[in-house]
Amino acid sequence: MTWGETIRIALDAIRSRRMRSSLTMLGILIGIAAVMLTVGLGQGAQAQVSDQINQLGSNLLIVSPGSTTTTSGIRGGRGSASTLTTRDATALSSPVVAPDIAKVAPVATGSQSLTAGTTNWTTNVVGTTPDWLPVRARSLTQGRFFTTAELGDAASVTVLGSTTATELFGGRDALGQSVNINGTTFTVIGILNTAGSSTTTDEDDQALVPQTTYSSRVAGSGNSTGISTLYIEARSTDALSAAYQEANKALMGTHGVTATAADFTISSQQSLLTTATATDKTLTVLLAGVAAFSLLVGGIGVMNIMLVSVTERIREIGLRKALGATPRIVRRQFLVEASVLGLCGGVLGIALGLVGAQILPHFLDQPVTISPVVGIGALGIALVIGIVAGVYPASRAARLAPIDALRSE
Amino acid sequence: MSTLPIPDEVTTPILRLVDVGKVYATGAVEVEALRGVSMEVARGEYVAIIGPSGSGKSTLMHILGCLDVPTTGSYDLAGDDVSAMSEDALAHVRNRQIGFVFQQFNLLASLPAWRNVELPLCYSGVGRAERRERAMGALKRVGLGDRVDHRPGELSGGQQQRVAVARALVTDPALILADEPTGNLDSHSSADVLRLFAELHDQGRTIVLITHEREVAESAQRVVRILDGQVNSAASSDLASVR
Repeated sequence: MTWGETIRIALDAIRSRRMRSSLTMLGILIGIAAVMLTVGLGQGAQAQVSDQINQLGSNLLIVSPGSTTTTSGIRGGRGSASTLTTRDATALSSPVVAPDIAKVAPVATGSQSLTAGTTNWTTNVVGTTPDWLPVRARSLTQGRFFTTAELGDAASVTVLGSTTATELFGGRDALGQSVNINGTTFTVIGILNTAGSSTTTDEDDQALVPQTTYSSRVAGSGNSTGISTLYIEARSTDALSAAYQEANKALMGTHGVTATAADFTISSQQSLLTTATATDKTLTVLLAGVAAFSLLVGGIGVMNIMLVSVTERIREIGLRKALGATPRIVRRQFLVEASVLGLCGGVLGIALGLVGAQILPHFLDQPVTISPVVGIGALGIALVIGIVAGVYPASRAARLAPIDALRSE
Repeated sequence: MSTLPIPDEVTTPILRLVDVGKVYATGAVEVEALRGVSMEVARGEYVAIIGPSGSGKSTLMHILGCLDVPTTGSYDLAGDDVSAMSEDALAHVRNRQIGFVFQQFNLLASLPAWRNVELPLCYSGVGRAERRERAMGALKRVGLGDRVDHRPGELSGGQQQRVAVARALVTDPALILADEPTGNLDSHSSADVLRLFAELHDQGRTIVLITHEREVAESAQRVVRILDGQVNSAASSDLASVR
């Protein structure tokens, strides 16, 4: 008996029990669609996060004060100390010390209340240098960024994030308006393009001022050279590793510390990406696990139906054996039948998953990415479930003695 | 009536049972269904095996049909000893050498007549076109050439049994084994089916028919009576000349 013949008989058997076959397929269908959508949702979220992070600049290194490389004793974690200064920024800017570093943007931040007329808005005020714009891969929708000259003069100019501008001035044109920060009046010279929110902060809600102005007018008393973060742009993505080494070495020099006592942490976008996607991955795995259980239930459904089918078709099995079907052929027939059930359920499940991937983003505000790998994998899983669920019923059918099978009523 | 001339092939029996015994062990109880049955059927013979229920005739039919193997003794079918064959080999023998006709017809309800008839050919690896052609021929032979696409549910009992006979014929087997073929039929259809068997016999087919009805058995050329798992030779020979 050929495979084509076997498949034809299986299709006949499935067709002749339409209702039951479709209900059986439904179990697999739902399971496959659920797995596809959860994995797609997870992959969509991961793609979204990596997009966001890449938008911030892919050649970026971030130096934060404090250290996470705890070795002994009590040490502060990342961000717990303020050990970075503008001196570090100057050192890293030197092409002799760090040839692989293209640009350095020191950033000092603090939460401040901004006033425009009678409107109040509390946001992050960022003191930085003109290099901030290229290093963070941002652009302006209106106006201009502050210049090196303005940095030197500690000019009272500010560039606002789009959200901040809207909050302070509503629909009105913010450019050229005055904003009061901590008693100093700043002129708005530019508006940032939107960047979306990253995992930690709203990149569209901030006010940028020259670092010199920030330390003298905004931050108030205290150390005027202290900064909270150093953004470093490597010459290229390939130079990222070299830039990391150079920055590390240079900062240990300026701070006079060894690697084990480093009071700063350098992280790359890659490490941020890894952390962010790891969180999403955990969620995806969890959801996919739940979906996989529904697939398992679907598989049990197939096995159950195949067992019922074998019991119900004992006479047919007996007849086929009497007419010359060997146990192997009988086993193959039931295995193929179960596989076809699984496969059909899988194909329909993929169809439902694809439809769901189109519809779901409208309700969830989350992208759903269905990769071909997931589709093919789902089909494979459906087939394997069909086969596994069919093994036991099929071997039962194959073992039936023809006389017992023929005798049954 | 006189005995029909015995065919030339009688010297080479198509079927020979030598001292066949069958014991069923159901739990602790052993049931001896057959106790030393010896019989021969020559090529072209039409033999009826008759016996009351519980006589062991069903067990004998299963052994003759290679659906079961004897516990003791030997069984030669078309020159091969089938009493010690593997399950796969028995399936092969059933497929090539035996055409079954059952009391319950045992047709697959979802398939049209011709696909029921071609079923044994599927298991012997015959190509699709040839299968269809042979199935059509067999259906024509039993007088159902105009009903090939009907499903069993659309046919009368007598017609269904004729489809079953066509299925038994289609492989051109050495032996047609009919187990109570008229048990589910009215007297008219019964006569119809028995007439068909007689015709097939006239064409040289070897037929073994199992029944408990004397009238049915009398349509055969020779009758073997089974009682308590043994061949009742006296009764068998008495009926031998009835046709």
